[in-house]
Amino acid sequence: MDRIPILQMGKFLLVTIQVDLYDRLALNLETDLAQMVNKTGARGVLIDISALSIVDSFMGRILGNIGTMSKIMDAETVVVGMQPAVAITLVELGLELRGVSTALNVEKGMQLLSVKVGSFEDHELEEDHDAGSVE
Amino acid sequence: MLVVLNKDSMLIQREQDVVPFRNRVKEYAVKIGMSLVNQTKLITAASELVRNMLKYGNGGSALIEVVSRGRENGIRLTFADKGPGIKDIDLAMKDGFSTGKSLGLGLPGTKRLVSEFDIKSIVGKGTTVTVIKWKNG
Repeated sequence: MDRIPILQMGKFLLVTIQVDLYDRLALNLETDLAQMVNKTGARGVLIDISALSIVDSFMGRILGNIGTMSKIMDAETVVVGMQPAVAITLVELGLELRGVSTALNVEKGMQLLSVKVGSFEDHELEEDHDAGSVE
Repeated sequence: MLVVLNKDSMLIQREQDVVPFRNRVKEYAVKIGMSLVNQTKLITAASELVRNMLKYGNGGSALIEVVSRGRENGIRLTFADKGPGIKDIDLAMKDGFSTGKSLGLGLPGTKRLVSEFDIKSIVGKGTTVTVIKWKNG
């Protein structure tokens, strides 16, 4: 059975989709990612779709599912590299990628993930400072 | 008047047929010089319709035609299945309606992606969907 490889990079998981997906492959990715998030305790998932020439409603739903699923397992999802024609088509189709954030490319996606995951820790620190200043 | 310049058909019976079909549609769209955005819209529409056909109609046949009307060239796709048919087409064409577990964007979303859209369905006999995407449409 074909599988999309999932790479681990520190506290993030990295998925680069290099082939046009048929349904089974997309569904496998969804399941594999949930298991990997659980196994590795990853805080973020980055999905690069720059090689995808189309995203239809099925693929959009899978991406949304991955985002929601990761969220309830305490991981953020960022989808990167969407081609302009794909973005235009998605808008016309009426598909919102709910539950996922997007970034222009892998680099910006990684930054976004770091901010999203790191911000919580920073926030806690800030709160400590605030608490300190009030006293 | 609509002139058919080229004809090609494919049987769609399994989900693995979807990607080769999309590629074939893309080949024809490239051949007539369709812009990348229109190509993407057409292929996305094709993908939605082929998926519907597999999911609700147990597969069927897909016809790809290069057509011309006046100075305009385009691609016409016809999807025919012998599935259960659609009881209420108006309802099926509404945004957000779905009998399956999908987002309900399939038919109305697809209609927005193409230049011309036609659907005919007879309950118990099957459904035929025809779409045209003009090169500059």
